[in-house]
Amino acid sequence: MTQTAWIIPFLPLLAFTMIVFFLRWKEKVASGFSIAMIVIDWVLSLIILAEALGRHGASYEAKILLTSFKTFNLELGILIDPLTAMMLVIVTTVGSCVQIYSLGYMKDDPRFSRFYAYLSLFLFSMLGLVLANNYFMIFIFWELVGLTSYLLISFWFEKKTAADAGKKAFITTRVGDLGFIVGLMLIAAYCGTFNYQGVFEKAASGTVPVGILTAAAIFIFCGAVGKSAQFPLHVWLPDAMEGPTPVSALIHAATMVAAGVYLVARSMPLFVTSADASMVVASIGLITAFIAASIGLVQNDIKRILAYSTVSQLGYMIMALGLYGYDTANGEHSAGYVAGTLHLMTHACFKGLLFLGAGSVIHAVHTNDIQEMGGLRAKQPRTAMTFMIASLAIAGIFPLSGFWSKDEIVASTAHHPLFFVLTLTIAFMTAFYMWRLCFLTFFGQPRNQHRYDHAHESPGTMTWPLVFLAALSVCAGWVALPWLEHGFSSFVYHGEPHHAEPEYLLMIVSTLVSLSGIGLAWLMYHRKAISADQVAAKFKPIYTLLYNKYYFDELYDLIIVRPIVNLGNKLWSFDANVVDGAVNGTAWLTVVWSDAKQWFDATIVDGAVNGAGWLVRQSAAGLRFLQSGTLQFYALFIAGLVAAIGLYRYFGISYTPTTTGLVTIFFLIGLIVLWYVSRSIWRRSTPAAAAEVEEHSVRVEDK
Amino acid sequence: MWYFLALGAALFALGLFGVITRRNTIGILMSLELMFNAANINFVTFNKCIQGGSMAGQLFAVFIVVIAAAEATVGLAIVLLVYRNWRGIGSDHYNVMKW
Amino acid sequence: MGPLSSLVYFPLIGMVIVMCLPKEAKVAIRWTSVGASIIPLVVSFALTIDYFFGHAATGLMAYVEGPYDWIPSLNVQYYLGADGISIPLLALTGLLSTLSLLASFNIENRVKEYFAFFLLLEAGMMGVFVALDFFLFYIFWEVMLVPMYFLIGVWGGPRKEYAAIKFFLYTLFGSIFMLVAILILYFTSTPHTLNMMTLIQSGSRLPYMLQMICFIFFFIAFAIKVPVWPFHTWLPDAHVEAPTAVSVILAGVLLKMGTYGMLRVSWPMFPAALKDMAFWIALLGAIGIIYGALVSMAQKDLKKLVAYSSVSHMGYCMLALGAFSSAQAITGCMFQMVSHGLITGALFLLVGVLYERAHTREIAAFGGLGSKLPVYSSIMFFFAMASLGLPGLSGFVSEVMIFLGSFGAVNQVLVGISVLGVVLGAAYILRMVQRVFLGDFDLAKWGKLTEINTLELVTVTPLMVLTLWIGVYPKPLVDLMSATLNKLITLMQR
Repeated sequence: MTQTAWIIPFLPLLAFTMIVFFLRWKEKVASGFSIAMIVIDWVLSLIILAEALGRHGASYEAKILLTSFKTFNLELGILIDPLTAMMLVIVTTVGSCVQIYSLGYMKDDPRFSRFYAYLSLFLFSMLGLVLANNYFMIFIFWELVGLTSYLLISFWFEKKTAADAGKKAFITTRVGDLGFIVGLMLIAAYCGTFNYQGVFEKAASGTVPVGILTAAAIFIFCGAVGKSAQFPLHVWLPDAMEGPTPVSALIHAATMVAAGVYLVARSMPLFVTSADASMVVASIGLITAFIAASIGLVQNDIKRILAYSTVSQLGYMIMALGLYGYDTANGEHSAGYVAGTLHLMTHACFKGLLFLGAGSVIHAVHTNDIQEMGGLRAKQPRTAMTFMIASLAIAGIFPLSGFWSKDEIVASTAHHPLFFVLTLTIAFMTAFYMWRLCFLTFFGQPRNQHRYDHAHESPGTMTWPLVFLAALSVCAGWVALPWLEHGFSSFVYHGEPHHAEPEYLLMIVSTLVSLSGIGLAWLMYHRKAISADQVAAKFKPIYTLLYNKYYFDELYDLIIVRPIVNLGNKLWSFDANVVDGAVNGTAWLTVVWSDAKQWFDATIVDGAVNGAGWLVRQSAAGLRFLQSGTLQFYALFIAGLVAAIGLYRYFGISYTPTTTGLVTIFFLIGLIVLWYVSRSIWRRSTPAAAAEVEEHSVRVEDK
Repeated sequence: MWYFLALGAALFALGLFGVITRRNTIGILMSLELMFNAANINFVTFNKCIQGGSMAGQLFAVFIVVIAAAEATVGLAIVLLVYRNWRGIGSDHYNVMKW
Repeated sequence: MGPLSSLVYFPLIGMVIVMCLPKEAKVAIRWTSVGASIIPLVVSFALTIDYFFGHAATGLMAYVEGPYDWIPSLNVQYYLGADGISIPLLALTGLLSTLSLLASFNIENRVKEYFAFFLLLEAGMMGVFVALDFFLFYIFWEVMLVPMYFLIGVWGGPRKEYAAIKFFLYTLFGSIFMLVAILILYFTSTPHTLNMMTLIQSGSRLPYMLQMICFIFFFIAFAIKVPVWPFHTWLPDAHVEAPTAVSVILAGVLLKMGTYGMLRVSWPMFPAALKDMAFWIALLGAIGIIYGALVSMAQKDLKKLVAYSSVSHMGYCMLALGAFSSAQAITGCMFQMVSHGLITGALFLLVGVLYERAHTREIAAFGGLGSKLPVYSSIMFFFAMASLGLPGLSGFVSEVMIFLGSFGAVNQVLVGISVLGVVLGAAYILRMVQRVFLGDFDLAKWGKLTEINTLELVTVTPLMVLTLWIGVYPKPLVDLMSATLNKLITLMQR
């Protein structure tokens, strides 16, 4: 089966294509087909897991060359190792549950088929992401899951908040992807390949400078920060709860957001080369876990609480992985890698369950506000039961799955006091807010009688997945029982298999911490022994800060969104005024210049020309009188001229300027005299005579 | 030789005077002939006194006589036409080319 | 007549036929011109396939016609040829021309002139991509200008005269520099020649200063066409005012001629100058990417948004051209040219579809169209995603190739900054998508909007298919071009 594992992503893709092109109007067939495909995938994944178990951690890789350049190849391929096998099972399990669950949850939605199409597309991308054998491919699917996440968050796009949330999710994760791309460029430039094995070998060989590796690791981690909603890019995940609840369960709790963790786990050989990068990872994880858990303490929206819980738990995993990298880089042993990946698995089970349970509650009461719920245990026994199992699991109560994974995480922080303390604090907060949620939702008196009266248990398509996931939430951790010889830690590991001895003291401490969190919640929200309002009033500033989520959204809006939008507007007006202004200004100058030239032409040049014409005309007007039409006059003129020339020659005057000038003057004077004479002749000739001549000529023409 | 030249000059001056002052076109033509002949006298004179053997001057005189005859013919024909059109041959009658 | 000549002359023949038809015969005119453009379309695709199987491995000039003496006294030759960089662009031109002609069926005003000009334009575009003689090249380059001027100026929007004149003057301004550079090349070569193939050899032997001058002159001419920031301001006006089909051609083909010219002419011809200018070119590209994206974000007009996104997208090409030493980057540049042609062409077509129904392109006027026009919205969303570089679609392939390739070849900070364009691209595209297609639907205002019709669907479908194909399986296109590009890169690195 492992050899044909490439088929796994294509089954959901087939479902997507079928639904989009053929089954859009047949809702039942569409959903049935989609579910069938993912269930087949689930079975195949289980087979692959079994085969991987049989190979004892050896990995299988198959690839085809996509295209090659001088320096390196782009390839398409699959890599199946224990980590992949585990992720496959997680994705297909939760995917199957969610698809079945959606039959009930999304019933009567006008875009029912489209919902299944999107889910299938998501599963295609997610499975592709998991199976990829190189960074380039993982990036492709990375973006595709981002797209489907966007589509599904804004699934009810008529709601402005949903559309906004989708956009925010896409853009925020893209900011992280920015880093990812830079990381890819560094890898391409320095390792010459994208293939995991190739990159890791190159990184381990020591030929690449450590600074570059650190940078590459941190940049790749940026991608994980975006996708796994880590500080400072965690803001999109709570908003993403605008999407349908099954989507939140599948994408924003169990699978896609875990992709960041998966990426870090996958790139672990890179991180272990750089203690600095690993420390960055661990710190980011810790900060995220703390911030999110503290915000979760005071929220009232059931899904948002779960979302912050998700962020916090993801921070846990990232922190564990980071610490593993740090310790390994420093040559120490650490349980972090196993802890992180194990928690990834258990978290997928119980967080998926929590979301689906929350969906079931929302389905019943049509609100997200836990202050309007209460006492729902009576109306929704199955939901309440499974929800509480999950809450116990996430709080880390023995022997549920969360206990084992969280215990491992706590154990991995043992060498780092600050991490240790804060991890326990976070565990306390987690137990507290989860049980605050449980008590407010399922226990006590209904605070909104109307909603309570209309509440009802959800249909079987919704509750059976809950039960199934509840069973997993209980058992999933048992694969990692510390007493097992060949447990989880000898299957999914990095480097050498790390077998941790059970540390009873740690177990007891962390259980106590969790129990005290639950107990405090019980006191405050069930027994009402401590008034929550009074506590809130007492720590007013902190409460406000937490309630407003540390003002991250406002801060980002102020320092990033607005400046960019403003810059855009400014640049546009710059474009319109300055750049275009320069162009138009040039055009204007040209026009003005040509106007000026036009004026110059019209007045000066034309003036000169016209002036010349005028001069000629004026002189002609005078000189025309020479043309007397009288033969004798002409003869006289000629004779005079000849006489003049004769005289000129006779006196032997040489051609000097003076004499020439004089002669010319004489000539002109002569002309003027002649002119005067002819004028006077003209004057004397009577108009009558002229008229007679005119008449005469007319008569001649008539003839 | 000077006598011949003086005669030529006198004839020329007479002709010129005639051309300028006569109003009758035929008179003008006649005066023109006078001027031609003045030129002829000059040609012949210069040929005789300066050139010696060459007959160019004489030849020119003959040419001029021939051309003058032709010219007189054309001129008289024009005059005839002028007379037909203007019923008169006064040179101031047909000043249609005037300015 | 060889195949390349037929690409140029069939549109011209079509134009003559259209001009002979009576102007009332609108249907005949339309179909004649479509027919006249289908022939080059078929020929260009056949050439693509033939080149792929026959010549792609060597990357040599194929289908060469000439050089025949044309004006022997000036040594002007009739010389056509196509290789791995012109073949895809020829196919793109053929495809977009036919699609644009189909999309022009709604033109009712002066139909005959419109289609005649359009065919002349097509002939000019084809000519630019096949000409191997500078005289021919220049003629075709200028021939396109006139029909474009009229197409914008007569059939355009409210500010058409302004836009048309701006476009014309801008391009003419560039052409003059090109002419001067061509003349410099002509007079410095011995014997005087305008043959590009020989000039590629002799151009590199010019003295450095002269190379630099020629390079800059050519660069200005081509940069205006691309358009490279800060020569871009003709583009938004021209795109917005032009009728839909002309916008498609403008964005899809005309912009590519700038980058094509760089790849074909100025880059391999002046390697010494190129080496020194590479950083500045990449810088202009990076500025274009960021600047175009930011300005797109501020746009209120749908078409203007797409227009400015072109500035951003062509910035990627410039970045890659700055990183000329990387085969990957240059391949990415060619990819970006093709994919931008497909994607932006389709976006303009789609905006035109909407505009025709709604008579407005203001983004704020719409909202929630996704529920009323599901098919239209899905297609638009498809191309929006392609435009922001979603994997699996062609835009992604080119962006990634450009980034990965240029990272090692130019200033890395510059590339790092350019990557910001990816986020900004997502931001402006998603803003647009959200405002137009998501949110509340105004039933009273847009209740009468109708879904995209079959003809329009037919025009965008090929583009969708190609976008997806190139995005999913880019190998054939890479193979088609890589040998030629490698040769060019060797020339550039002399």
